[in-house]
Amino acid sequence: MSEDEEDERGGGEGKRWSPDLIGGREGGSGGADPPPLSDQVLENVLENVLQFLDSRRDRNAASLVCRSWCRAEAQTRRDLFIGNCYAVSPARAVERFRRVRALVLKGKPRFADFSLVPPRWGAGFYPWLAALVPAYPWLERLCLKRMFVSDDDLSLLAKSFPSFRDLTLICCEGFGTAGLAAIAEHCRHLRVLDLIENDVEEEMVDWVSRFSTTSLESLVFDCVGCAVNLDALEALVARSPSLRRLRVNQHISVGHLRRLMARAPQLTHLGTGSFGDGGGGGGEVEVADLRAAFAASMSLECLSGFRDLASEYLPAIYPVCANLTSLNLSFADITAEQLRPVIIRCHNLQTFWVLDTVGDEGLLAVAATCKDLRELRVFPLDASEDSEGSVSDVGLVAISQGCRNLRSILYFCQRMTNAAVATMSENCQELFVFRLCIMGRHRPDHLTREPMDEGFGAIVMNCKKLTRLAVSGLLTDKAFGYIGKYGKLLRTLSVAFAGNSDLALRYVLEGCPKLQKLEIRDSPFGDAGLLSGIHHYYNMRFLWMNSCKLSIRGCKEVARRLPHLVVEVIRDKLEEDDVEAVEKLYMYRSLAGRRDDAPPFVEIL
Amino acid sequence: MEVTASDLDNLKATELRLGLPGIDAPEKPAPVSPRGSKRALLVSNEECWPGKNKSPEADSGGQEAQPMAKAQVVGWPPIRSYRKNSFKARKEEMEAAGLFVKVSMDGAPYLRKIDLKVYQDYKELKEALDNMFRCFSTGELSGMQGCNGSEYAITYEDKDGDWMLVGDVPWEMFMSSCKRLRIMRRSEATGMPSSP
Repeated sequence: MSEDEEDERGGGEGKRWSPDLIGGREGGSGGADPPPLSDQVLENVLENVLQFLDSRRDRNAASLVCRSWCRAEAQTRRDLFIGNCYAVSPARAVERFRRVRALVLKGKPRFADFSLVPPRWGAGFYPWLAALVPAYPWLERLCLKRMFVSDDDLSLLAKSFPSFRDLTLICCEGFGTAGLAAIAEHCRHLRVLDLIENDVEEEMVDWVSRFSTTSLESLVFDCVGCAVNLDALEALVARSPSLRRLRVNQHISVGHLRRLMARAPQLTHLGTGSFGDGGGGGGEVEVADLRAAFAASMSLECLSGFRDLASEYLPAIYPVCANLTSLNLSFADITAEQLRPVIIRCHNLQTFWVLDTVGDEGLLAVAATCKDLRELRVFPLDASEDSEGSVSDVGLVAISQGCRNLRSILYFCQRMTNAAVATMSENCQELFVFRLCIMGRHRPDHLTREPMDEGFGAIVMNCKKLTRLAVSGLLTDKAFGYIGKYGKLLRTLSVAFAGNSDLALRYVLEGCPKLQKLEIRDSPFGDAGLLSGIHHYYNMRFLWMNSCKLSIRGCKEVARRLPHLVVEVIRDKLEEDDVEAVEKLYMYRSLAGRRDDAPPFVEIL
Repeated sequence: MEVTASDLDNLKATELRLGLPGIDAPEKPAPVSPRGSKRALLVSNEECWPGKNKSPEADSGGQEAQPMAKAQVVGWPPIRSYRKNSFKARKEEMEAAGLFVKVSMDGAPYLRKIDLKVYQDYKELKEALDNMFRCFSTGELSGMQGCNGSEYAITYEDKDGDWMLVGDVPWEMFMSSCKRLRIMRRSEATGMPSSP
């Protein structure tokens, strides 16, 4: 779950910071005298009204009106979103919000996904769990992203909340099948168990047999590496009439899949396991039989999986293509020729993830049919700098011409032109998210040999709704000048191997008032650039910089001037004491002050 | 991920470039991984940052020649390990098994089978085929660029079922897409398209 999607629907950021809120003047229900009776009535009325507010941005605004409103809002907030688990202490959060039913908690910075944060850095779930257990006995839903969650944590979670319904774990680690077994066994009302891209320990516990719920609606476990008990899974599916989403792992063969699909014809979201001959055990399946299984599942709107794809099985999905709004083929190594007959049937597609093996030609086919495409992600089969790269500016232009409704794009390539990017900026006015990754570092426009400044400049200039941007290729300070000048709604910016000087960082920090998340790697920005953002850092969730030109002096200066900013200097190994240069900087606003669980390689200034 | 010197040599040998023969990228020390000395990393990054208009990478040949050898940088391109591992497992399976393809030659009474994994590049493949089919041909086989005067051309059938001239695409790409080989008489080989 991404905040970009929320932003589209008008969701919002966490607490808006102003000097008044810092330092304990913040209201909330902690320690205040009970208000006089008339005010009490007013607050009750207020609560009745505020309970209808869903968007957290609206709620944050309401809570700033006055103390009374703050209290009322706190009493009625059911969904709590903590974008950085270190920004506030668990105690403080549960103190203010007494009636929370659903919690979203995010831990490590995003660059941790790319091995840039050393292991054991932090973001442990336990401190939060310990606070949640006594505070929210009626907790129903939990979503954790990039946190460290142990089997014991999961066990405690499962046993502590009798109404617990939904568990979503995204990019987490520290747990295994033993923890899953605890959840399955003790959460009698479990509706959702979504495990998305986690690093799951293979403990060989048969967790699938332990499910005690009959209200299962969603089960996603494609990231669980070990095989599951197939009979138990089939039995579970058979006794779950509410099941709508099922995404299995690659140990499920097409034969097994067919049986599962027969048990759950009401599925709306299906993630296949292995979609080829390799999967063994389930026996050979005729394409026609598999096709019949799909034909019987006409509620399907979302398909994914397709690991170890044998292309002759692909036609089996034809019966449901016309109903699909989402298709994820990004683990299937297919060519344009193999894609074409599939995509041509998917005229209602809104989300499409694919591998670059389909080439520009494949993207042309997408553009020709998927007129309502909102989100496109093109991943590289070979994620290395010197790979061949089968998609290019040609594919991008084709998509921009065919898919005018595009809101979000992630595009990995090796060759790009300013003209193509500019064309997309003109054709796709609805873009919220533009992430272009030219894999070769410092690559210029491959036709004109110029930097990619003008292309990205066109994006920020023309795409007036843009909230998230990732840049790449050869970029000078000029590109950042454009971003600072036009990126007025920009909230997330990712920079790698770009820019010439501190000016670039200054342009962005001075120019983008809505900037929340800034992640930078391998760019020549130093202390001067860092200091140019002093006025803005309290408005941001975090700043990450690695392999830039920062020094300990500059970082200390920031820490000195902004006492409510936690400034972490992360070292890969313990260094000698004369090192001035800062290799990795992670800084974030926090009401909790310096954390007490920092490992030895983290220095908090 | 450290890259050894011999890896770099092999990489260089198979590198296809459009530059004139004899021109070589200047030997620069490979950048150390971020785990190494910080100073070295800063220095090597310095060279990457073009403070001037002209990019050090651009050369008239059109092929990007990185100032340093092609060592891997941690976490770049930004692909999650979940995705990388999904493909790695399969790639490793493929690499363990041999890659046997049939080789036919026009006019020869029987076919041969070779394991493409055994060869490092086109040169070795060509030599092996030369040796294998010597008895059937009058002279040297050559299907690569710059062939002159040979009677035969080496072609292959790719994943899409098309017949392609051997030698156009990088070796790894050829290995993964080649289904079978055919040594054709040159007279039949005229008008063959090269790979896209």
